[in-house]
Amino acid sequence: MMRLLTSLLLGLTLLAAPVHAQNGPLRLELDQGIIEPLPFAVPNFVPNGQAATQYANDISRVIAADLTGTGLFREISSDAFISRVSSFDAPVQFADWKAINAEALVTGAVSVSGKRLTVQFRVWDVFSGQELGNGLQFSGTTEGWRRMAHKVADQVYSRVTGEGGYFDSRVAFVSESGPKDQRQKRLAIMDYDGANVQYLTDSSAIVLAPRFSPTGDRLLYTSYETGQPRIYVLDVDRVRRTELNTQGGTMSFSPRFSPDGRSIVYSLIEGGNTDLWKMDLASGQSVRLTNTPAIETAPSYSPDGSQIVFESDRSGTPQLYIMPANGGEATRISFGAGRYGTPVWSPRGDLIAFTKQNKGRFHIGVMRTDGSEERLLTSSFLDEGPTWSPNGRVIMFTRETQGASGRATLYSVDISGRNLRPVRTPDGGSDPSWGPLQN
Amino acid sequence: MNVLGKVIALGALGVMAACTNNDPSALGGGAGGNGSIVPGSPSDPRSPAYFQQTVGDRVLFAVDQSTLSPQAQTVLQGQADWLLANPDFVATIEGHADEQGTREYNLGLGAKRANAAREFLISRGVAGNRLTTVSYGKERPIEICSTEECYSKNRRAVTVLTGSTLG
Repeated sequence: MMRLLTSLLLGLTLLAAPVHAQNGPLRLELDQGIIEPLPFAVPNFVPNGQAATQYANDISRVIAADLTGTGLFREISSDAFISRVSSFDAPVQFADWKAINAEALVTGAVSVSGKRLTVQFRVWDVFSGQELGNGLQFSGTTEGWRRMAHKVADQVYSRVTGEGGYFDSRVAFVSESGPKDQRQKRLAIMDYDGANVQYLTDSSAIVLAPRFSPTGDRLLYTSYETGQPRIYVLDVDRVRRTELNTQGGTMSFSPRFSPDGRSIVYSLIEGGNTDLWKMDLASGQSVRLTNTPAIETAPSYSPDGSQIVFESDRSGTPQLYIMPANGGEATRISFGAGRYGTPVWSPRGDLIAFTKQNKGRFHIGVMRTDGSEERLLTSSFLDEGPTWSPNGRVIMFTRETQGASGRATLYSVDISGRNLRPVRTPDGGSDPSWGPLQN
Repeated sequence: MNVLGKVIALGALGVMAACTNNDPSALGGGAGGNGSIVPGSPSDPRSPAYFQQTVGDRVLFAVDQSTLSPQAQTVLQGQADWLLANPDFVATIEGHADEQGTREYNLGLGAKRANAAREFLISRGVAGNRLTTVSYGKERPIEICSTEECYSKNRRAVTVLTGSTLG
């Protein structure tokens, strides 16, 4: 019943109390406007043997950071703990955790055998004294310890919210260094939280706007390595790139995969005019989707692949339009004041994120697919290029500061507009593309 | 990038030629009207440096526009005359935008600006196969402040000479 009600109210921001149902199991209802984060405790996981101690501590900290970073949870410091958890299988002293008001408790143990790491964990609803879901274990290499922490955090998140997580995911982006007039750009990939940055190109050519394939195995991006902007596809694991033969023009950019990963939609410039095209990747054949004298770019598929939302200035200013995936009549969906660009369809299909420019400010916003219920989530000198978390709850984007010392940084924000925060990268960062949850 | 690199190299060559072949005082004196034309220097009407500095290698645009102003048309007429008189050169016209606007839209806008300049040169008799275009969108500003003073200089189409008997 609660679930049904929630889905009916989806998108409305209700200012209801965030407290979980009194008599039911612990549950954060994300659509009911979370204002007070849910208090939780992650006592350091129990190491099985000396070799596991550091991993156990580090994994516990990453789990806590993942949950805290959502803005939906608040960690209770270990200074407040009454109980110590010294054995994974010993009974939990619920009274001790209730006393410090921890509503959720995550306990776990870590074993290391050679290069193999195993993490076991349980999630507890402290006030009912019940386990949330069943205990689970993940195994992998010691090198991949952060991924195992993210997987545990994803489980906690989804057991408490009833929705999929997003922590065990990666983000492709453009790493930026140097002043504005000598900006050096490199394609890079990292964990969603900024860890494990890996560079995929050098800075000898301008690179723009990487886009993950639906399974995360490939990236589309635009590079000037021939002197002209052209689209490339890169195999992420092998770091091997191939130029796509976009026919008919010399400049192509703004590519994005179809949901089945078999074709791409992109912008092609011919005689100074930018139109949308679609390419079947197996055959390399392209077909035209739009044919107007306007600038038509930034296409993004609906999750079912049947429609494309894009940006066009055919009305005189850049606005958002939706058309069938094979082209045809487009319907304008943005009608507010200002200029709209870079629309991106949410993975759930219900919302479209966009960049809006109005009265000298830039905003990241969301609207329903018919253009209704527009909400602006951010405001700054220059925000642009939203990308969705795999569960459709968080948006990452580029924020550039103004002036001669202007610098681009990645930021994320909850779709409620709360929890705006920078994403840590070694240099500046722009054009994020949030990949899927990893297997 | 390659194109840009070549042009800088050409310019540097011109300066080097001036340094090695001439009295240093000629450098400080600006373009000499005294008859001594230094090949490749701004005083040589057949040089890329002359094209860049005297003819004018760039035209500017109004916000979100790609139409050519009367001043822009005057500059482009000069470029057309020069290109017709110097048939060994080919050119790449770079279209640029200021930082107001999304990356994607600005790539489209830069392409329209470069194309507007190209079409004008063709209309004045320059062969189309001598003129290519590239859009840099907002990726290559020359001025880095965030005010109209800088923006107005960044909204530009720059005709960059590439390849000639000099190259």
